Amino acid sequence: MSTNSATSDDDTPNGGDESGGGPDEVEARVGLRYTLKQVRQDTTARVGSYIVGFMTLVAIFAAFDYYVLNYAIAEAVLYNPEADPEQVRRLLPPVGMENQFGEGVIEHPLGTDHRGRDLLSRTIYGTRIAMTVGFLATAIGLGGGTVIGAVSGYYGGWIDDVLQRVTETIYAIPFLVLVIAFMTAFGRNLTFAMIGVGITAVPVFNRLIRSRVVSIREEDYIEAARAAGVKDRNIIFQHIIPNSFAPVLVQATLQVGVSILIVAGLSFLGFGAQPPTPSWGQMLSASRAYMLPAPTFSIFPGIAILITVIGFNILGDGLQDALDPRINN
Amino acid sequence: MTEPLLSVRDLKTQFFTEDGTVRAVDGISFDVYEGEIVGLVGESGAGKSVATSSILRLVDSPGEIVGGEIEFKGETIFGLEEDDAGELRPRDEMLSESEMRERIRGREIAIIFQDPMESLNPVFTVGGQLREFIEINRDLGADEAKEEAIDMLREVGIPAPESRYDEYPHQFSGGMRQRVLIAMALACEPDLIIADEPTTALDVTVEGEILEMVTELQEKYDTSFIWVTHDMSVVAEICDRVNVMYLGEIIEQAEVDDLFYDTKHPYTSALLDSMPRPDRTVDELRPIQGVMPEAINPPAGCRFHSRCPEAREVCREVHPELRDLSEEGEPVHTAACVKHDAFDVGYDESRSIETQATGGFSAGLTETGGEAE
Repeated sequence: MSTNSATSDDDTPNGGDESGGGPDEVEARVGLRYTLKQVRQDTTARVGSYIVGFMTLVAIFAAFDYYVLNYAIAEAVLYNPEADPEQVRRLLPPVGMENQFGEGVIEHPLGTDHRGRDLLSRTIYGTRIAMTVGFLATAIGLGGGTVIGAVSGYYGGWIDDVLQRVTETIYAIPFLVLVIAFMTAFGRNLTFAMIGVGITAVPVFNRLIRSRVVSIREEDYIEAARAAGVKDRNIIFQHIIPNSFAPVLVQATLQVGVSILIVAGLSFLGFGAQPPTPSWGQMLSASRAYMLPAPTFSIFPGIAILITVIGFNILGDGLQDALDPRINN
Repeated sequence: MTEPLLSVRDLKTQFFTEDGTVRAVDGISFDVYEGEIVGLVGESGAGKSVATSSILRLVDSPGEIVGGEIEFKGETIFGLEEDDAGELRPRDEMLSESEMRERIRGREIAIIFQDPMESLNPVFTVGGQLREFIEINRDLGADEAKEEAIDMLREVGIPAPESRYDEYPHQFSGGMRQRVLIAMALACEPDLIIADEPTTALDVTVEGEILEMVTELQEKYDTSFIWVTHDMSVVAEICDRVNVMYLGEIIEQAEVDDLFYDTKHPYTSALLDSMPRPDRTVDELRPIQGVMPEAINPPAGCRFHSRCPEAREVCREVHPELRDLSEEGEPVHTAACVKHDAFDVGYDESRSIETQATGGFSAGLTETGGEAE
């Protein structure tokens, strides 16, 4: 497909090889392939995707090392991010700097925390928690919000009223209070933090999808589909939802960043990952007491959160431009 | 005559709005026979589109079909009966919603919508959409359906259909998209196609091509058409029989030549006078004076009397129903106007009244005073 949208009746850009199309022919301006192609053409989206891609790779590596190898790689190259070291050197600054606890050493390039654990190692392995939580919480919100929003918008009437009032009730409660209450009721661990944050994201996607469905439902091509005998379910999922793909993807990307922030906040309050599991929020929480004597302890997890969240935000903004057919770059 | 393919009897569709009940379609009856193109003509707001969506039972809330009967090939699309308590309820043989969806819509009765720019889903390729419709309605596999889709595109005159199959709607021009929609309607080989002002959004040269193509395809497939339009020249071009609608009612029904050369209803005459005609030289076009009244509270008597140049007092009092005014041996030609002798309600003795059309209201639009009766 060519990038120009000019119409010409006999000069077709991809003429001649339709027989080679087969099952992987592009039939939609939605989906992964189309998105990737658009992202490649948009500078902002590309930068964002590099950051997010890098963080995702780090997270996958960390997860692999944790679940499969039980920190074998971490111990071989750096230090175990969870276990207290044998020789405790607390709150060292990064290499080349000096503070009241001593001088930075090359073995701990970013210094150590209050129990003498390597900060570089903990920051890297903290990526796993942040990314997992970000993606899964968003997935929960996206899934729930899509179904509720689509059904609500398509059928309207009392179904719409009931579903919207319920989700609005969720929206009305401050999300931190909601998540903390949820975790207090079900359990104070990361799984419930994730589910809780996911639930708070449901109304966001619900509204987005519903508003799209309500406007697209009135389009002539939906009427045409009904007149052709297409089932309601297929109209919703094959005709309406794909038309909402772009704004939803953008919102989902931004929501990952938001979820990471919220869970970091929860960890800071002691509601997220429990020590000694390395997580950025909990590192920040631990560093509070040493802010003045050892500021670098809190700076590095902070930078990690900052970069990740900005990465998702840039990607979201870029996607918005890349997937908008009216912006032709 | 043989049994009609589609028979609509006294169809009533109303919209229950906050302002009151809109009687969008108020008791219309017409037949469509096999291989016929039947016109449904009228101004905007006459109820043409509501009538067509009623035939497919696609009227959305707050609208509802409240009465009448629609029969298609011997099956009941819509029909009510009284139960023991005297309440109206759907008849047992009326097709269920899923039967409508699986057997009638798309398969037996297809519809072509007004605006080709809006009737294709912008995120899917043209070919993909055509293929989906064929898959649903003809029980073909994906590959067969694709072949069929490409054949159909070729049939409606799309050049290089194999490569255009993979293009998106925005890469097609308006005329090309309308061809795609016609391909979509024809592809499922329905017996009846409802064309809801399909050429209104196109320019005249393209319109000509499309009409020519439809006539050809219609002969080839022997499909019946209901052609909804407000354009009398299109009617003259392709229709066999015509129903003229005004404010939810059919006010004249005739074969196309009779309608043009032996017009019986003043509204039809007014419609014809308001359009430029090559066979008559006029100094200026005469638009129909005034605007169509609201269907919430239609005028008493003949609904057209407020704009009729020939209105008399009796028109305000008597509501005429359609009557056959044809002479022996001629094809049926019905009209609902009391000026004809067949009605015999004293039109000739009645006094003329001032209406928007007779200038008594200063054409109604420029002055608002004197509007009240």
